[in-house]
Order: sequence, then structure tokens, then C-alpha cells
Amino acid sequence: MMEIVKSTNIDFIGLRYKAFVLSGFLVLLGIYAFVMVALGRGNLSVDFTGGTHIQIRFKEKIDVGSLRKALTDAGFRDIRVQEVAGTNDFFLKTKLLSIEGKRIEEARSEVLKRSTQKEFEVLGSNMVGESVGRELKKYAIVAVCLALIGIIIYIAFRFTCFSGIAATIATFHDVLCVFGIYFLFGKEINLLLITALLTIAGYSLEDTVVVFDRIRENHSKMGQKEDFGRIINLSINQVLGRTLITSLTTIIAVCAIMILGGEALMDFALPFFFGLIVGTYSSIFVASPILYMWRKRGL
Amino acid sequence: MLRSLRLRVAIVGVFLLVCLFYLLPNILEVKGALKRYLPSDKIRLGLDLKGGMHLVLDLDEHKMRENLLDRKFEALKTILITRGVRFLGLERRGEEFYVLVREEQREKLLDVMRREFPDLTSRGVRREGELVGASFTFLEKEMAHIKENALYQALETIRNRIDQFGVTEPVITKYGEGQILVELPGIKDPERALELIGRTAQLEFKLVDEENLKKGVPDTPPEGTEILPMRVKDREKGTVETFPILLKKETVLTGELLTDARVRFGGEFGNEPYVALEFNSEGARIFDRVTAENVGRRLAIVLDGVVYSAPVIRERISGGRASITGGFSLDEAKDLAIVLRAGALPAPVKVIQNITIGPSLGQDSIRKGIRATLLAGILVLVFMVVYYRVSGLIADLVLFLNILYLLGAFSAIKATLTLPGIAGIALTIGMGVDSNVLIFERIREELRLGRTIKAAIDTGYEKAWVTIFDSHVTTLITACVLFVFGTGPIKGFATTLILGMIINLFTAVFASKMIFDWMVLRFRPKRLSI
Repeated sequence: MMEIVKSTNIDFIGLRYKAFVLSGFLVLLGIYAFVMVALGRGNLSVDFTGGTHIQIRFKEKIDVGSLRKALTDAGFRDIRVQEVAGTNDFFLKTKLLSIEGKRIEEARSEVLKRSTQKEFEVLGSNMVGESVGRELKKYAIVAVCLALIGIIIYIAFRFTCFSGIAATIATFHDVLCVFGIYFLFGKEINLLLITALLTIAGYSLEDTVVVFDRIRENHSKMGQKEDFGRIINLSINQVLGRTLITSLTTIIAVCAIMILGGEALMDFALPFFFGLIVGTYSSIFVASPILYMWRKRGL
Repeated sequence: MLRSLRLRVAIVGVFLLVCLFYLLPNILEVKGALKRYLPSDKIRLGLDLKGGMHLVLDLDEHKMRENLLDRKFEALKTILITRGVRFLGLERRGEEFYVLVREEQREKLLDVMRREFPDLTSRGVRREGELVGASFTFLEKEMAHIKENALYQALETIRNRIDQFGVTEPVITKYGEGQILVELPGIKDPERALELIGRTAQLEFKLVDEENLKKGVPDTPPEGTEILPMRVKDREKGTVETFPILLKKETVLTGELLTDARVRFGGEFGNEPYVALEFNSEGARIFDRVTAENVGRRLAIVLDGVVYSAPVIRERISGGRASITGGFSLDEAKDLAIVLRAGALPAPVKVIQNITIGPSLGQDSIRKGIRATLLAGILVLVFMVVYYRVSGLIADLVLFLNILYLLGAFSAIKATLTLPGIAGIALTIGMGVDSNVLIFERIREELRLGRTIKAAIDTGYEKAWVTIFDSHVTTLITACVLFVFGTGPIKGFATTLILGMIINLFTAVFASKMIFDWMVLRFRPKRLSI
């Protein structure tokens, strides 16, 4: 029998205050990021702000500076040019939908042809009207809230109300952490990130459910008299093997996607990678201690 | 024991056969008589995988209202005159029509309005000194009805245009509140398609105001005229420039009376493509009258507010034929003929979302997505075998089954596989692995407690089942919310996840337990390789 972890006996509950400091910091970062994004700051994708996002590929090498200059000279003032490392691909992003009455697609083609004198191919473009962006932002928020409410109800029904709330706090914690990290590094906040965040929420919940499930089982087996902290510690130690192996296999899979999946899947895989780590951590160090402290106060 | 095992093998087997049945078209081409009995659709790929264009169009409601009010106003004027209502003033005030009559004409006016314009409602009759002023406006209900009709007309028109342009499997549907969704897979020239769909194609014939034009184009157009841009092609340079031209505001003929529009070659500049028009009998009659009355004048051909040409009428033209020249390229002439044949949109449309994926990016995505998923899958499979030995092999087998079921279900319900959908498959595999890990770890625990192999397997599955069920249901809740609220790519992700969760519950617990039971029954092992 091959084992990554032998029978362990770690006092997870005893580590709770250290964990709370770290989590508190990450959650504050996440809340800060959320407020900033709600105010319209941060690197929001055109999905939410409205605007145009274009991916082009030049036949030959072209300097990003000269491309940027050509576009700025032609009147595209508010435009971001991003180079995809190792290729001749560029992402162009602007909040504009039209320029001097012309559709942005036409204007862009004209300008690029004229100013760079180089052949290029439009790989893809994404133009979103402002109203669509607003709508989408609203939908994203509604979707996240509904999913969370549905999950609280389910867990409250299967376990206890406290468990439901503790699990939800842990889930919020994970989503906010990843959001905060993303914001901090100035990565683009787009639709795929929202998808990834919801997947993280699902995954983190699964982790929490596994731990809670074991706590429930041990609780009924060992009886009411046993110290609740001991039950939790025992439960976490018992499922530690499963937690680590699952996280490991998933991380292996996610890493493969990050390496080979290309730009589009990267937007999904990277936040998911962060989420996995935070999610595993939170079910042990956030959800369970909250449950413990709640119980201790006799609530 | 043996009996229940046989039953379980049968269930798994039947599902497998159904999936293979639906997956058949992806593996080999179905030909001949069999075609009637076998499914013929391959797994549908989303636009992000095969390339194409995703458009959301919004009908310009304001412009549509304006057009409608303009037309109603003209009708109102004509009817009031023909019915002998002697009005002293008639004007449009925003969305209201205002009629000024003498007291004795009041009843007659109201009577005519009731009979002839049931879609208009009175907004009050007021005394203005000796006279009476009455306001009328559209019923809101009527407006909503007209809007709805306009939307369907626009859908129909766009569908016609795309059909004639030739795109395989286009999607053209109503979307949200009064919007139109257009999806064009595998489109080669997106800019041209956009031009074709977005064009209003309002064709009008108007007379050039020769009298006022003698002094040159004025800054402000005199009453009853308008200044429009006219495009002129410089044949030597090959560029198109626009000049202003003064036209009479009245439209003598519109594109509504067209029966056909075709590309022809010829004209005064040699073999240049132009668009030949053919009118129905009513159109031909009007054309005949207008040309007869205006010999020597110029008749401007206006498309969406731009004058394409303004040829001099040399003689009366009967037979209802006309042509639009303007130095078109062949593609331009073809597209123009298509939009004229397909008819005009009831109002201009605005593109509010346009996602275009070039075909090479789509192929790129597929290649990378498949490569990444394969590598991820292989690594996980290898890990399972190394860590759990024979049991790991069973888990791998079950994962294969899982993927087969998932793809089969995809084909069966004709869902669309998108890039996030591939991510969804990866996630499903991840959760499948997790279920197995949960079960195996549980079995190990039971073995450590000194249970027999059979008892350890049974208890392991039983206890792990609760956890697996809970975790899958929570994920399923998230996936369902995403399915309801997500659009496009996110919906694709949600679809895979929903299918994946349900299939996972079946394969990871039911199918893998079956293999374990068979193994124990068949080999009666002394030690479990786990």
C-alpha cells in the first residue's frame, strides 16, 4: 500500500488563530478588490465594460511599440496593446465601439494596413455594447448569489444551519481570495474568470462537505460527551489522505492545461489553480474552526 | 450476488451501447439505407472551436417609431383630404398629430378618425379661440404590437439575406428583449457578412431638385428638399468620394415594390457589374408615370440615405426596369442584389455584440484543448495506477467509461461543445477521480480496522457514497444556476458539468462497485491491491 500521508495527528484546531490572521488579510484584499471593481476600476474585460477586444496575428515580427504608436497616431487614444509572448499575436483592447462614425473593425483594419505596411490576420474579435456589458455584470452577480443561496440551503438541510453558514463563509473566503489575488496582479477580469470562480466555489464546497461529513459521522459514533475540538481534529486527520491526493491529482491536471491549453484555457486554469490551493486550505483552517468556535460558545 | 451482478453488468452495457450508437457518426461515415435508422450528426462544436461569428443586433427602436410616425402622418393627410375634412392646420408634435379645425368640422373629424384610424387614440380636444385643436397618438398596445411585428420582419429579412449569401447552419433567433441573435459558423469574410446583415437596405427613388441646384448646393435645404451625400467613384484612382446633392424630399418609389434584383455586366464603362432591378406592376406604373413627367431631369437612387447614382431621365421608361450603377466591385454588386431581393429592414439595426473567432484560432483552440486534456488525463491515469495499483486500474477503466458516456450524452441531446465545455469535461474527470479516491481511502481505512476484503469494499462504498452524493449535488446546484443565467460559452460549461455530475454518480459508484464485486467473486483474492 502506497501512502502519501501515514496516520497523522495534527492539532488543526490549535492552529486556528494563525490561520485566521492569514485568511483575514486575504479576505480584506478580496473585499477591497470587489469594491474597486464595483466602482469600475481594475482591469475589467470588454465583456463587462463594453468595448472591443481584438486578437490579430502578423505574418512577420513587429515591434509592440511601433504598433502602439501607429494606433495612437491614428486617433485610437484609449487603446491597450498586449503582446502574446513568443508569437506575433497581439491583443488590442479599447472601450470604443466606433470612431468617427465608422465601426471599430473597419477603422482598425484601415489603420493597421496603412500604418504598419505588414500583412496580418484577424484571429478573433469581441465587440460588446455598453448595455450588454451592464446586463452581464448584473447577471454574473445574480448567478453567484443564487448559487451560494442554493448551496447554503442544501447544506443546512443535509447537516445543520451552522454548518451551512460555516461552509458558505469558507466558500466566500475562497472566491474573495482568488479575486483579490487576480486584482492584485492586474490580470484581466473576464467571463472565464467568473466561470472559474464559480467552479472554485463548487470545488471548495465539496472539500468542506467531505470534512463535515466525517465530523458528523464521528460525532454520532463518539457521542455527545467527547470534546468537539478533538472530534474535528480526528476527522480532518482521517480525511487528510483523500484531501491531499485529490488536490494533487487535480493540480496535475490543471498544470497540464496551463502548459498546453493556450491563452484561452489559461484564463480558466490559472484562477482554478489558485482556487484549489485556497479551497483545500479553507475547508481545514476556516470552515472547521468556525464550526468549532460556534459550538464552544454554545450557540 | 451473482444475479445482481449480472443485472448490473447488463445496465452498464446497455448504456454503453446507446452511447456508442450516438457516437457512431463521429467514428465512421454512415451511408446508404442505414442512414434512416442511425443518427447522422457529429458532436456539434461551438463557434469558439470551429470559428465563426456571433452577433447580437438591436433594432433601432427610436428610428422605427420615427419611420412609423412619418408614414402615419402622410396617411392621415391623404385620408383627411379625401374624406373632405377641411382642416386649417395639421402638424406632427413629437409623437402626437395635431389637427386644427373649425367648430362645425369637429364632429366630422372625430368621426373620420374613429372609422379610419382605430390604432390612434385621442389625446384631448381643446378650444383655441374660435377653433378646435385635437391631438392624436398611437395606442401603446398598438406600438408594442408593431414593434413585435418589426422584429419578426427583421428576423425574416436577415434570414433571407444569409440564406442567399450561403452560410451552413446559421442560427438566427430572437434574443432577450427585442434583440436578434445571429450565429454564422465558419464564416470566411466576417466584415463582408456584417456589412450584409447590418445594412438597412432602404431603397428610395427621389428627384433631384434641379431648380434650386442651379445656384449650387445651399447650406440649409429649402422647404421640401434635403441634402444627401452622393458617392462618386473615381475610376482612374479607384477611390470613392462623396459630394452633397440636393433632392426633393418626396420619395417617388421605394424598394418595397421590387420583385427582383440581379447582377449584370455592361454599361458605359465597359464590363462593370451593376444591379438590374425589376418592379411589380404597381411599381412599373409609378415608374412609368414619374419618368414620363420628368424627362430631362435626374432621378436619384438612394440607398440608406446615400445617393448611388442620379441618371438623367432621357425618355419615358415603361416595363418597370431600372438599374443601379456606381462602380461596384463584383462582391459589392452581389451583396447589394442580395439585400435588395431580401427586402429592407424595418429600421436600422445596431450591432451590440460581435464575437468573431477566425478559423485558425478555432483550430488552435481545439488542438491545444485536446492536447491539454489528453496530457491531463494521462497524468491522472498514471498517478492512479501507481498509487492504487489494481484498484487504480479499475478507477481508470471507470474514467474511460465516464468520458464515453459524457460524449455519447452530448451527441444524443445535440448539445454544443465549446471551449469552456472542454474545461467542464476536465473538471468532471477531476471529480470522478476524487470520488474514487474517497472510496479507496475509505476502503483502506476499513482494511486497517481488520475487516475482510468483501466487508471493507462494501462499507467503503457505503460510507463514501454519502459524501460523494453531497459533493455532487452542491456542484450540480452551481452548474444549474450557471446554465440558467449564463450565456454562450458559460452555458456550454454548465451543460458539460451537469451531464458530468450525473454520469459521475453513476460510473464512480455503480459501475466501479460492479467491477470490484466481479473481481472479488471471480478471483477471491487474499489481499486487495489498493
